[in-house]
Amino acid sequence: MRDVVIIGSGPAGYTAAIYAARANLNPLVVASSVEFGGDLMTTTDVDNFPGFPEGIMGPALMTDMQKQAERFGAEIMYDDVTSVELDGPVKKISLGNGDTVEASAVIVATGSAYRKLGIPDEDRLSGYGVSWCATCDGAFYRDKVVAVVGGGDSAMEEATFLTRFADTVYIIHRSDKLRASAVMQERAQNDPKIKFILNATVEHIYGDDLVSGIGTVDTVTGEETTLDVSGLFIAIGSDPRTHVVHGQLDLTPEGTIAVEGRTSRTNIEGVFAAGDVIDPTYRQAVTAAGSGCVAALDAQHYLESLPQKQAAASHSA
Amino acid sequence: MSSARDVTDQNFDTEVLASEKPIMVDFWAEWCGPCRAVSPILDQIATEHSEKIDVVKLNVDDNPETAMKYQITSIPTMKVFRGGEVVKTVIGAKPKPALESDLQEFLA
Repeated sequence: MRDVVIIGSGPAGYTAAIYAARANLNPLVVASSVEFGGDLMTTTDVDNFPGFPEGIMGPALMTDMQKQAERFGAEIMYDDVTSVELDGPVKKISLGNGDTVEASAVIVATGSAYRKLGIPDEDRLSGYGVSWCATCDGAFYRDKVVAVVGGGDSAMEEATFLTRFADTVYIIHRSDKLRASAVMQERAQNDPKIKFILNATVEHIYGDDLVSGIGTVDTVTGEETTLDVSGLFIAIGSDPRTHVVHGQLDLTPEGTIAVEGRTSRTNIEGVFAAGDVIDPTYRQAVTAAGSGCVAALDAQHYLESLPQKQAAASHSA
Repeated sequence: MSSARDVTDQNFDTEVLASEKPIMVDFWAEWCGPCRAVSPILDQIATEHSEKIDVVKLNVDDNPETAMKYQITSIPTMKVFRGGEVVKTVIGAKPKPALESDLQEFLA
């Protein structure tokens, strides 16, 4: 049986792994088969993670975090958790390959999943002009007109990245206030290829085989407008990824995993949660990393408090 | 990174369209993180089902004609060809069980 299994491999998961490994807890990180490294794997420049004065590419940062965890003995597994049984002293984690891993403690650092607009044809045209990943798909929009929906940092980043290829990038946001940080807003506003459409929502996506346009509605006047675009990039935030622990861990009204005060302790003993999956507010790489550290320390403390030796002795007696 | 052989604009007709066996083309690029993530999974599927299906990959940067012809706007995109026709399209990196379930009719 393992001391601790960490589910997730973003900044929270890998930081937890670094701390747990350095505490000789021999952590297993279930990193996901295709989304290992988390959200930063599809990000370009990360300019707000301390310690990198010139910035660092998202995938490089995550690869380094992984190496750092491995250096102290963390084991990384490229598989997905299909189900968990968290109650009781022995936690069971079932994997995509059919195996089940047992552990005394579990750290849930599953992050968040991109939010959809929830409008007709979004799913049908997903991959055919509707995208959640500018770094993956931007290059297919050379000299084209595209739109980004959203007003946060990720929308600004997507839009700025898309100007490398696209002719014109519209940023469509439902209010006239952007949530993005000042520096990201400024970069987008100063970009001659980026045009802002504020107080507008995207209500329709047009196109038979490929996206050909979108329909927007002005949130103030109600006026409908059709825009000819070849691509629609959706960057309206994300929702905590909790499906694997549904029904076992308590959630907050915001949908994040509920933790006790400033700790990472969930409602089940020996189960800890960290990163975006517990954070409805900040959701930064660096806050996730800090949160992963908290979870590893909490897990370490929990493991030290277990009467394991006594239990094992009385069991064999 | 991948053991699947490359196909190109030049040999797409002979390698893919003329293939007698069902053949899956992985449209990918160097700069695409999810492509790198899914690549070893496709290799595994290719190895485990080598008698049923061939798996090849096409770099969309080096082979824009074919990428454009098949209207690739998102990668990774995996297209299964049979008798020169696209019979299945899977878009995006997915875990192995999900991919196997998408491709079930060709692997069974």
